[in-house]
Amino acid sequence: MQTKSRNIYLVPYVLWILLFVVAPIVLVVYYSFFSIDNELTLENYKKFFTPVYLQMTVSSFWYAFLITLFSLVFSYPTAYLLTKLKHKQLWLLLIILPTWINLLLKAYAFLGIFGTYGTVNKFTEFLGLGTHQILFTDFSFVFVSVYIFIPFMILPIFNSLEELNPSLIYASRDLGASSWVTFKRVVFPLTLEGVKSGCQAVFIPALSLFMITRLIAGNRVITLGTAIEQHFLVTQDWGMGATIAVFLIIAMAVMMLITGTGKRGV
Amino acid sequence: MKRKWKFSHLYLFFVFFILYAPIFYLMYYSFNSGGNMREFEGFTLDWYKEVFQDTRLLIIVLNTLIIALLSSVISTIIGVIGALAIVYVKRRRIQNTLLTFNNVLIVSPDVIIGASFLILFTIIGVKLGFISVLLAHIAFSVPIVVIMVLPKLQEMSPTLLDAARDLGASRFEVLSKVVLPFIRPGIFAGFFMALTYSLDDFAVTFFVTGNGFSTLSVEIYSLARRGVSLKINALSTLIFMFTVLIVIGYYFISQRNSNKVKGVATGK
Repeated sequence: MQTKSRNIYLVPYVLWILLFVVAPIVLVVYYSFFSIDNELTLENYKKFFTPVYLQMTVSSFWYAFLITLFSLVFSYPTAYLLTKLKHKQLWLLLIILPTWINLLLKAYAFLGIFGTYGTVNKFTEFLGLGTHQILFTDFSFVFVSVYIFIPFMILPIFNSLEELNPSLIYASRDLGASSWVTFKRVVFPLTLEGVKSGCQAVFIPALSLFMITRLIAGNRVITLGTAIEQHFLVTQDWGMGATIAVFLIIAMAVMMLITGTGKRGV
Repeated sequence: MKRKWKFSHLYLFFVFFILYAPIFYLMYYSFNSGGNMREFEGFTLDWYKEVFQDTRLLIIVLNTLIIALLSSVISTIIGVIGALAIVYVKRRRIQNTLLTFNNVLIVSPDVIIGASFLILFTIIGVKLGFISVLLAHIAFSVPIVVIMVLPKLQEMSPTLLDAARDLGASRFEVLSKVVLPFIRPGIFAGFFMALTYSLDDFAVTFFVTGNGFSTLSVEIYSLARRGVSLKINALSTLIFMFTVLIVIGYYFISQRNSNKVKGVATGK
């Protein structure tokens, strides 16, 4: 009886896993061994280890790291202060609300804000600082990406702060710790899980932001995501695109292993 | 003490300003007769008129909504089944394996999901268009639903199930009268997450959409790549209004539900 009910639930779910999780990965790996002329070859892998692609990989990870770092620095205090508010659930909702606006629309807004005759430039001109080229730079790319990811960082941190038992903070204060020491020794370590999942929610998508690089960074910044999109949809070199994807998958698996063991440790 | 209070509020005010400024910026210029986002020349509703007269755009909006609703309903069903499957597997190792496979699509970058689905659909012969976009959206929403439902299932005490069975409930009754009502908050959360992901998704859709079919985000991307067009501003204002309405509605519903739960709890 019991075994039967297990099987019933497993069948559709495992089918879903096989078709949409396992098969796509297998296919990506399979395609990475094909050249643009449909020949079985290791050429793509050789090409990946040339400076062009390696540099792209490094810079892609560097940008993702920067975006994650800035989002974290900005989001942690926000989440912390939010938990202190009276109607915190409502305020949290207001933080999440902008994520419901399509991220392309938000990126598009920055075309106007950062543009040569845009608001920021008008303001700097007013201050006598002159106009600057803001759009199509690394700065605008990182700024817009951080802007887009902030809610995804705030949410898990907010949740782990909410789960924190307040008596731990009272205890720490009773034992004579200052509020800074309490934060450093009690609050932050206990909310590390939220920070971790926040970083995960930002870092990996940040590797694949090809639309922001296209719209805001004007092809100046080329991430692995941009390269994959380019190979799949523009040059139609699926093999090379798949090879880059394989490396991204490996990077991802490594990251999952690291955060996975962390969870078990706690 | 008082000063600290003020400073923290100032910081939050700043955060909210940053989060909302671009959205209101778009809305402000949607009324600009000047046709650009530089100088506000005069008030006009022309751009809204243009949006409503653009049949193609309206069809795209409709497509987007249909895809979002259909995919989140289907993925909620599959996701609940998946969560049940994971919970009922008693062997720890198999459970972990299933969870790992489940999480692959959550942590995968969008481009990889998009590219690999493009290969998949091409190989199995799914025509790129409505069906491929729908399948892709279902596929990436299922694991989110599983993640939202699973904690609720694990929270459920096994004695509850034993009691139901002892009282003579059939397997179906246990599921429909005990398990599903208990995990309902998780199901709703999963459904709304799926809906949000589907409405917001661009990268995956961009890969698996063919020439004839387009969703709102794909359309916005191609419009925005051509440069500033205040039609996009008008459209985004409408979307924002719509979103706010949904969120307000959702907030009041959830508020009422939690009050009801509280009432029941204190009533006992």
